[in-house]
Amino acid sequence: MWEVLQFEFMRNALFAGILVSITCGIIGTLVVVNRIVFISGGIAHAAYGGIGMAFYTGLPPFLGAALFSFAVSMVMGVASLRDKQRVDAIIGVMWAIGMALGIIFIDLTPGYHVDLMSYLFGSILTVVTMDIWFMLSLNMILILIVFVFYKEFLAVSYDEEFSFVVGIPVRTLYFVLLGMIALSVVMIIKIVGIILVIALISIPPYIAEKYTTSLGKMMILSSVLGILFTLAGLWLSYNYDLTSGATIILVAGLGFFVSLASDFIRRPSTESPS
Amino acid sequence: METYAIEFEDVWFSYEKSTVLQEVSFSLEQGEFLGIIGPNGGGKTTLLKLMLGILKPDRGRIRILGQAPHDAGHRMGYVPQGTDFNRNFPVSVLDVALMGRMSTSRIGRRYSREDREKVRDVLEKVGMWGYRNRPIGRLSGGQRQRVFIARALATHPEILFLDEPTASVDSEFQTDLYDFLKDLNKEVTIVVISHDIGIISAHMKSIACVNKRLIFHSGAEITQEMLDTAYQCPVDLIAHGLPHRVLHSHQEE
Repeated sequence: MWEVLQFEFMRNALFAGILVSITCGIIGTLVVVNRIVFISGGIAHAAYGGIGMAFYTGLPPFLGAALFSFAVSMVMGVASLRDKQRVDAIIGVMWAIGMALGIIFIDLTPGYHVDLMSYLFGSILTVVTMDIWFMLSLNMILILIVFVFYKEFLAVSYDEEFSFVVGIPVRTLYFVLLGMIALSVVMIIKIVGIILVIALISIPPYIAEKYTTSLGKMMILSSVLGILFTLAGLWLSYNYDLTSGATIILVAGLGFFVSLASDFIRRPSTESPS
Repeated sequence: METYAIEFEDVWFSYEKSTVLQEVSFSLEQGEFLGIIGPNGGGKTTLLKLMLGILKPDRGRIRILGQAPHDAGHRMGYVPQGTDFNRNFPVSVLDVALMGRMSTSRIGRRYSREDREKVRDVLEKVGMWGYRNRPIGRLSGGQRQRVFIARALATHPEILFLDEPTASVDSEFQTDLYDFLKDLNKEVTIVVISHDIGIISAHMKSIACVNKRLIFHSGAEITQEMLDTAYQCPVDLIAHGLPHRVLHSHQEE
């Protein structure tokens, strides 16, 4: 199987898969423990609006997506603090409007029509060296931010009220997290596409949480699981000529069900009479 | 004159359009042990959140140790209600207790040796040092409550707030807890919210009953007048070990 690595696009796909898995491990862990998977999905889908606008105005599509999803993430942050009771409805609305905007802008763009599918399901095999450098720098920034503010992110995720009382800027950290999600999402879209972002953000941390005792270890295990799923998915998609993004997600989904099943089997022994 | 631990002056608070607290005024001296009782939905937790600065009053003035609540954050310890939240969260006892050492001025810095020593002290004090590496979710309700008390004490507070500390713990732990708090009260002002009036009257120095309005009583007895004026707080009184229900007929509005 190693001979496939003589192709540059396969090597790039491999690197991209590893880098994206690390991003998903770190950001996904924070997303899952803060219960903001839905907001992350909203940001990812609204990003399509940015891609559409970028095509219309002639900007690079991923720059458009980054700017737009960053803006959307901030608006969602404000909305979720303003109206906690109806935050899911507001996110749903922005989710839909973002996608619709993207489609309309692409309709209005003269000339050739972009391949919508590659944004919906990703295109890991078209990753170029430039993308790898971009992903690497983004990963460095994310790791640095999370490392420096680790104890604050941990405390705010675990007990927001207590953190507020002792003087941690809870809201600022929340917006920093949303901003990091927005930038990560843009990178993940390249690999698995808009529709499957949520899976790669939530499946590895969900599994990892059960086997770890700290947020840091959860991030590391999530990253490792993500790498396994991505590489296995990539290998299967190459060998059986399947869509890579969807294959990666199905492998992750298989991991998810295996972990659920192992819970089910382990449960009788762990819940012995207390 | 020494500053009051807590001062409320004509404080009003409402969610949307329904008034939760009105005309709340009282002052609590330092070194006090205050029990706050009242029916569910009577505004106990809202009152606590106002003291902690988590909520802001619509009207009126609140001072904690002479400061605005949010500025006094590092002088307050907070033990939240509901030790059941976030049971699956991957965090150890030690890491939870260390959260008490956070402060605005040290954001982005590692915990120091002094922080770790302080946390060791408080975990030993509540008898949880031996459990420091356990995931918090695998402890019993009473053990978790101890860890949250340790976390609050790690901030080295001048006032300690506890929200329903005996909900969901066994009665043995309740007795231990109040003996522990009584001892702690020699140095720290303590405010406890509880629906259990028996516990309150046995241990507190003063009592406030809250049901939209607040009746403050310096002294540990719960008077008939107090119950009546406080819109007849429904209470369970335990007298001489026999359950004895003192529930005044409640006129529904």
